[in-house]
Amino acid sequence: MDWRQLWEICSAPDNVPIVGLIPLLAFYIYLAWKQAHANDQLIAQLEADPAMAKTHHRKTWPFKPGWQKEVHVWPFLLRIEFLAAIIITIILMVWSITLNAPLEEPANPNLTMNPAKAPWYFLGLQEMLVYFDPWIAGVVMPTMIIVGLMVIPYIDTNPLGSGYYTWKQRKFSIGTFLFGFIVLWVAMIIIGTFIRGPGWQWFWPGQTWDHNRLIYEVNRDLPDIFGITSNIAKAIFGALVVGGYYVLGGFLVYSLFRRYMGKDFKRMSLLQFSMTQFLLLTMVALPLKMGLRLLWHIKYVWITPWFNV
Amino acid sequence: MADENNPNGKNGKVGLVDRVKEDIQAMKVDIPAKAKEQIEGLKDPTKTQVYTSIFRHKHDDTPRNRALGVLSNVFLHLHPAKINRDAVRYSYTWGMGGITFFLFIILTYTGVLLMFYYHPSKVQAFRDVLYLEHDVPFGKILRNMHRWAAHLMVIGVWLHMFRVFLTGSYKKPREFNWNIGVLLLVFTLLLSFTGYLLPDDQLGFWAVTVGTNMARATPLLGHEGPFGSMLGMTPYNDVRFGLLGGSIVDANALLRSYIWHCIGIPIVASILMIVHFWRVRKDGGISGPAPVMLEAEADKPRRGPKAAGE
Ligand code: HEM
Repeated sequence: MDWRQLWEICSAPDNVPIVGLIPLLAFYIYLAWKQAHANDQLIAQLEADPAMAKTHHRKTWPFKPGWQKEVHVWPFLLRIEFLAAIIITIILMVWSITLNAPLEEPANPNLTMNPAKAPWYFLGLQEMLVYFDPWIAGVVMPTMIIVGLMVIPYIDTNPLGSGYYTWKQRKFSIGTFLFGFIVLWVAMIIIGTFIRGPGWQWFWPGQTWDHNRLIYEVNRDLPDIFGITSNIAKAIFGALVVGGYYVLGGFLVYSLFRRYMGKDFKRMSLLQFSMTQFLLLTMVALPLKMGLRLLWHIKYVWITPWFNV
Repeated sequence: MADENNPNGKNGKVGLVDRVKEDIQAMKVDIPAKAKEQIEGLKDPTKTQVYTSIFRHKHDDTPRNRALGVLSNVFLHLHPAKINRDAVRYSYTWGMGGITFFLFIILTYTGVLLMFYYHPSKVQAFRDVLYLEHDVPFGKILRNMHRWAAHLMVIGVWLHMFRVFLTGSYKKPREFNWNIGVLLLVFTLLLSFTGYLLPDDQLGFWAVTVGTNMARATPLLGHEGPFGSMLGMTPYNDVRFGLLGGSIVDANALLRSYIWHCIGIPIVASILMIVHFWRVRKDGGISGPAPVMLEAEADKPRRGPKAAGE
């Protein structure tokens, strides 16, 4: 156990935000879960008791007839904003006094940093470079993330859970978002920051970064396993595998939706549903491809003269 | 002779002295009276003309004045005068949108101060940062605050987006504002990224090199990307060249980074924030905490005209 190495990584000034992000996320997930749980209980109660549902004010916080429904922004909201501004300023001051922003040697194109890491918030994408070619990890994925985020309001046709925390009414959408945000984005950043060392190799926390370590790893392509050698056959084979993934996966999504989310499916137009299928399958493809690589050392699935997937 | 030159003669002189005497007498009464008035006036500054010209309403603690305090102030009138009693609960919004905005203001402020000491040129940039760190009064804390506020802002936007998602606040009628938000997320990350290169040190240089190397592989538009070379892309004319102003991260890249970081993106982000805040109001204030809906009501219109937390 190399504590010094661990400390060096955790205390690198630009890594501190991630060290801070983890407890912050944990806290806010807890806060959201607590409210979702309370709301879900209330919903169950009201659903069991229609008479109560008619008269209840429908929030978990107490409310009695005759209480004011609205409060003045001045002072009730402004004082919170003012307090928040002060607290943030103090945190920032203390942080800036105790920890210095990093400044390395002057830029030198002839002296490669190893590992050369992107800023922490992009490390998820850099981690994807291990499993995908740069045109996918660096261009297609960010584009898909942005487009995917933007279409969320238009493909989520579930009218429930608007304006309050809930889990039971939005299991699918919240589950999907948690998977994308926590597992595919934050966890990859954590791996990129704390695990990846020189040569972008995997070093467990506390393992010394060995700059001379070589990993002898033979990667194969999927067509090789099936004994396909000619280039044309490889291209066709890959297209079939990838196409098959989307077709079969699309069918699976359909049958799951039909069975378990019938109401949502009914509300969706064809465009909304196929968009959901496509984005969901593309997202799930990331861990699948990672699994192929980690478990069977498969580098590419689809090989063409112009691009590889 | 003097008299001839002075037609008023002695009488004129006497008249002047008398007048002065009279004025002095009057002054002894007038000025203390005015001084008293002035002091009386200072006891209640809210009655002075300067005060009333700045603040357009009275200060007494009445519901009307509480509302006016918000509505008659250009900055505060982003807010409505009154909001739902539950909408002020921290546990609902986490305050992250506001905190992100506050950090943006801090970044603008510290950023402008940094600009006084920074030249975006290969010769000077790194030295300017050293100068800031060691010689400029409060230069070090200035740079630190700018850096850490930037990191915090990235975390703030993520948490804000996370809570907006978890509360389903992107649903009707807030779809468009969610989209403005996604753009703000992208621009926040780009702001941070363009700033990373500016100290012109190894950290920034290699981070930006790694980052922009991906642009080489852009399909169609990058020289190493799928179909790029078929479309005539070379290291000297592809998107990466356009981003960096050259085929490597060098002086032009530094200048471009600087201009995007200090001028281009802040302007676009500010405009988007204005739209974002405007839409929060126009879409009926923040989405909740709203009364919960039951499964059976899913496809029916909501109870009441405005059920949400506006
Ligand atoms: C620079 C970045 C941003 C700033 C300064 C900002 C600021 C704000 C503020 C002050 C609010 C009022 C409520 C609150 O504080 O939660 C708000 C609401 C909202 N924001 Fe943002 N935001 C930013 C980025 C985003 C992002 C990345 C998204 C989503 C992808 C987003 C989507 C929304 C939506 C949908 C609302 C309405 C929420 C509701 O009604 O409850 N914003 N934003």
